[in-house]
Amino acid sequence: MIQALFDGVLVGSILSLGAIGLTLVMHILRFANFSHAELLSVGAYCALTFDAALSGIAPVLAELIGPFSMSAALALATLAAAVVTGLTAVLIDRLVFRRLRDTAGPLTMVFASFGVALIMRNLIALVFGLQTERFTDAISFATMISSDPLLLIKPDQVGILVIALAAMGALHLVLTRTTLGFALRAVAENPTLAQVNGIALPSMIRLTWIIGGGLAAVAGVLYGIDNQLSPVMGRDLVLSLFAAAIVGGLGSVTGAMLGGFIVGLASSFAILLLPAGYKPAIPFLVILATLYVRPNGLFGEAR
Amino acid sequence: MIGLISYLVFFLTISAILAIAVLGLNLQWGNAGIFNGGVVAFFGTGAYLMIILGGPERAGELGGFGLPWPIALAGGAAAAGLLAVVVGLATTRLRHDYLAIATFGIAVAIEAFVRNATYLSGGAKGIRGFERPLEALVDNPFLYSLLYLALTVAFLAIVYAGLSRLVSSPYGRLLRAIREDETAARSLGKNPARARLEAFVIGAVIMGFAGGLYATFYAFISPQDLAPILTFQIWAMLIVGGAGNNLGAVVGTFVVWGCWVASGNALSSLAPQELQLYAGTLQYILIGLIIVVTLLVRPRGLLPERLQVTKRPGPQNTGVVSSAGEQYQS
Repeated sequence: MIQALFDGVLVGSILSLGAIGLTLVMHILRFANFSHAELLSVGAYCALTFDAALSGIAPVLAELIGPFSMSAALALATLAAAVVTGLTAVLIDRLVFRRLRDTAGPLTMVFASFGVALIMRNLIALVFGLQTERFTDAISFATMISSDPLLLIKPDQVGILVIALAAMGALHLVLTRTTLGFALRAVAENPTLAQVNGIALPSMIRLTWIIGGGLAAVAGVLYGIDNQLSPVMGRDLVLSLFAAAIVGGLGSVTGAMLGGFIVGLASSFAILLLPAGYKPAIPFLVILATLYVRPNGLFGEAR
Repeated sequence: MIGLISYLVFFLTISAILAIAVLGLNLQWGNAGIFNGGVVAFFGTGAYLMIILGGPERAGELGGFGLPWPIALAGGAAAAGLLAVVVGLATTRLRHDYLAIATFGIAVAIEAFVRNATYLSGGAKGIRGFERPLEALVDNPFLYSLLYLALTVAFLAIVYAGLSRLVSSPYGRLLRAIREDETAARSLGKNPARARLEAFVIGAVIMGFAGGLYATFYAFISPQDLAPILTFQIWAMLIVGGAGNNLGAVVGTFVVWGCWVASGNALSSLAPQELQLYAGTLQYILIGLIIVVTLLVRPRGLLPERLQVTKRPGPQNTGVVSSAGEQYQS
């Protein structure tokens, strides 16, 4: 029971990070981006590449820190991956979504996002191979926190939770304390009025992609540490991310954070009741329940 | 020679079955503007229910009612429609992209369900063994495949004719009016949520029907057949052909399925051994590229939608019909 609680919170923190970017894009650009989850894969595989490169150049960086299976190299690689992933998101927007924004409706962009997801996922598979990867071969052992009720926690998992919460805290500060954050929230609230006040929409759209991509990269790395990297990790996560964004209410950053935890907990507790094979269906049930009970989510506004 | 012809018959049969599903999607997306991200859920429901209702008894599993084929086929299509009602009631009133997410979700959920609900669906191994209609009468497999092709093409023609009538009827106009401007339609006393739900359900029934024909053809169905790529293939067919145009939908099906089959054959015969593992990966990229590039370069497809203009008698109205279509699309 308590193990399910912890696992749910852990997975939830990763989902929250991914869902924040998704909800921002859905709110500001007004379309459901099915390729967002692929940004998690892009980030994770970028970090894997940078980590290997950094460890090769400066082996001292590759030493594992304390009980964690994370190293200084991986930390730097994650930061670099966040930047690259953010820029990738901007590039994809420029190549595909921006063109469609001008000429076609939002649903055409949803169509295109499926195509983009298909291309991204399979390009990653082509470059890195279909097999799964891990950041480190070191096996990290779980520490028994308590035996009754049984609770096993790996040091890594505590690290993941702390990093995810720190990233969310940092975003919260940016959104509530900086001019840039104000501008972004103004655009999300009312694009036309924001433009009247001299906020440049194109640069805000770029910022949205960079924030979304950066957070997705961090989420992807954390997911990779907790599980493993695979080219289809985006496909496995996409529905959970949408569920988190919908439960929280589209456009609400706080909602996406909370939604991530709710979906994470729902999935981990569902395993107690249902055979594990049904796990992929849980986010769908969460979405359906939300749409029937509270269509605008926890913090969403009717539109 | 007979090998080539039987391969062609096989190709045409699958294309015709897929074309029926694409026509169902064309009603939903092309005419009513409803985004269905889980075509495979409705296709798969029709396929599974058909084989459960009409198939032989399986030890320890539910099903095997041995119902006559037409009833089993209709049952599968009805089940797909029922599924559409459940999803549609929750979503057709809401933001349009919610429907995209919910339908994508139902496809994932249905796949997980049939993979695990062994008592009903046979689990990962699927359901094998189904006596195809009239198979006992025709003992030559080649002749039977010709007969089944004729049957699917006949069904395709019926669905095509039926949908063409539907979209040129006042009801079809209502759907397109809602697609273009929901508020305006409502101001005319129409009920957009209801019409959208109806179109969604009719489209799903057609997809379920196609699924039933598919399962009949292979006499086998498994979770493998419900992979998400099928949804994307069916979209690619509609987008390439031209959403809103039934003939385009059929043409697009043959073009995209031809590309898919040809690329598969080319990769398996030309690609080096170590790349064979990645043949599927390359084909998925191909489908993704077809979708994205078509949307960017030729968003209205090979055969764009033609506006149906009600002609009034009178000389002043002749000759302006063709130009109206261009204006309406923008």
